[in-house]
Amino acid sequence: MRSGTSQAPQTLRATVEVPGRVSASLSAEAGDVLAVIGPNGAGKTTLLRALAGIVESTGEIEVAGRSWTDPPLPIRERRIGLVFQDQALFPHLSAQDNVAFGLRSRGVKRSAASQPAKDWLERLGIGHLASRRPRELSGGQAQRVAIARALATEPELLLLDEPFAGLDVGVATELRLELARHLAAYDGITLLVTHHALDALTLANRVLVLDEGRVAQVGTPTDVAARPHTEHVARLVGLNVLRHGDRFSAFSPTAVTVSLAEPTGSARLRWHGRVLSVVPHGEALRVLVDAEPQLLADVTPAAAAELGLMAGASVWLAVKETAVETYAAPTRVELPG
Amino acid sequence: MTTTARTPRGALGQPPALLLIPAVVAAVFLAAPLVTLVAATPWSQFLGLLGSEVVRDALAITAFTSLATVVSCLVLGTPLAWLLARVDFRGRSLVRAIVTVPLVLPPVVAGVALVTALGRNGLIGGPLRDLTGVTLPYTTTAVVLAHTFVSMPFYVLAVEGALRAFGEEYDVVAATLGASRWTTFRWVTLPLALPGIAAGSILAWARSLGEFGATITFAGNYPGSTQTMPSLIYGALQSDPAVARTLSMILLVCSIGILAMLRNKWLVRP
Repeated sequence: MRSGTSQAPQTLRATVEVPGRVSASLSAEAGDVLAVIGPNGAGKTTLLRALAGIVESTGEIEVAGRSWTDPPLPIRERRIGLVFQDQALFPHLSAQDNVAFGLRSRGVKRSAASQPAKDWLERLGIGHLASRRPRELSGGQAQRVAIARALATEPELLLLDEPFAGLDVGVATELRLELARHLAAYDGITLLVTHHALDALTLANRVLVLDEGRVAQVGTPTDVAARPHTEHVARLVGLNVLRHGDRFSAFSPTAVTVSLAEPTGSARLRWHGRVLSVVPHGEALRVLVDAEPQLLADVTPAAAAELGLMAGASVWLAVKETAVETYAAPTRVELPG
Repeated sequence: MTTTARTPRGALGQPPALLLIPAVVAAVFLAAPLVTLVAATPWSQFLGLLGSEVVRDALAITAFTSLATVVSCLVLGTPLAWLLARVDFRGRSLVRAIVTVPLVLPPVVAGVALVTALGRNGLIGGPLRDLTGVTLPYTTTAVVLAHTFVSMPFYVLAVEGALRAFGEEYDVVAATLGASRWTTFRWVTLPLALPGIAAGSILAWARSLGEFGATITFAGNYPGSTQTMPSLIYGALQSDPAVARTLSMILLVCSIGILAMLRNKWLVRP
């Protein structure tokens, strides 16, 4: 833990309280990309909007050694770049004027703001679309404009609210790769709200898991993915996670064997339940079984056919102890940093 | 514009008689008086009357006062609409209620209220005369005041609706980009509300064009200074109905002409 109040440049320390929605502490250093993940309604967007000052909150927010909450700063004085889920480009302005807006509203002359705006569009690969209106852009192009608009003001805090939601898979993948490049070059702090495990793994160097408004886990992407503390993250990364008191045990669906009769082998961990769904997962089929808790098992299509797996079928699941990783569940999540 | 594939005519069934018959009655009811007016107009007088000084004065006063009314709505009504749509203050619903009252007020009552407030001995008009020597009643200014009083509510409600339609979302976006409220108003709010402002202006202008009761009560009916077309038509109706019909036709042709011109620019529905 860092001691005392850090005066280091570009440091974020925040405790955000939105009654009934969010109660979370977080911190980040310059260049950090913090992925905020959690189920719908966990308070991800509320947390972002509270940091931006759009949602009323109590607590403390300190960025680069300056308090944003004491006295409370209005939205416009917080150095933020916010990328909205729906892009929210100004419909009456061209792509270039959208990107120039932040500079212009901070007093830069029209002529002086146009070149940086063009450069930003160029950097995001859409320089040729500068004169288009938002309604003439595709979803992916509009999101690039929105990202350029947010970065053009050189914010201390870049807040991305599900930037790939609603985009076609291919477009999202391409944009994800590109965003990774820009985030690497950006020396401010990024908060990325996402419900995609892939975003957290590819873009972030830290992951914050929100559950019912509270911080359930903070860690590196690999750590959170390998040892998740919440059912939601376990589902996101495709792991089975069980909690026994203050211990978790996690195992991969590929380690689970499925049978119709009660297994008699050495596997001591076994469950009985009904199949909820069978969906393709890569080369295999992923079976979701309601065995209290719900568990995932991967089987080959041939095995699935042989067992007659379909929703409602009654099956046994078993896993070898050696395939299970056990780790401590912290009773209290400490501030990282 | 996007074209979507059309459902073939009749594919949803015939329109029910319970809707069709009242619809036709309504359309005929609206069209019949206008058609008879056109038919009964002594067209031989049309150009002659149009050239007469009293008619030209009345037309000029009508044109000037209705334009001035629209301008005062734009300058005063737009900020009021913005305040009602965007600023959460105590008594906002009271202010909105007061703004809408002139909508339901009989114009003559509006005129009486204006006389009470701004007349030579009115609550505001009296001190104003004592201090500056200016009296408002029976002047062209009084016509504009009366018109603005009855037209502004239409304008404010139309623009407030347009401002609310876009909501505060874009204001928030602009704030995250560092824009002050005044900058946001000029660069974002106003351009996005333009269709609503245009619609509100046309409503206000139309209301002003036909205003009669409040005008004649507060500003009188003096040729050359306060006599608008509706006042002139009312006077003519009592002496020579044929002239009144022709004058009505002149007002009708002018207003439909202007509306048609504006329609191409503003009123095209998406």
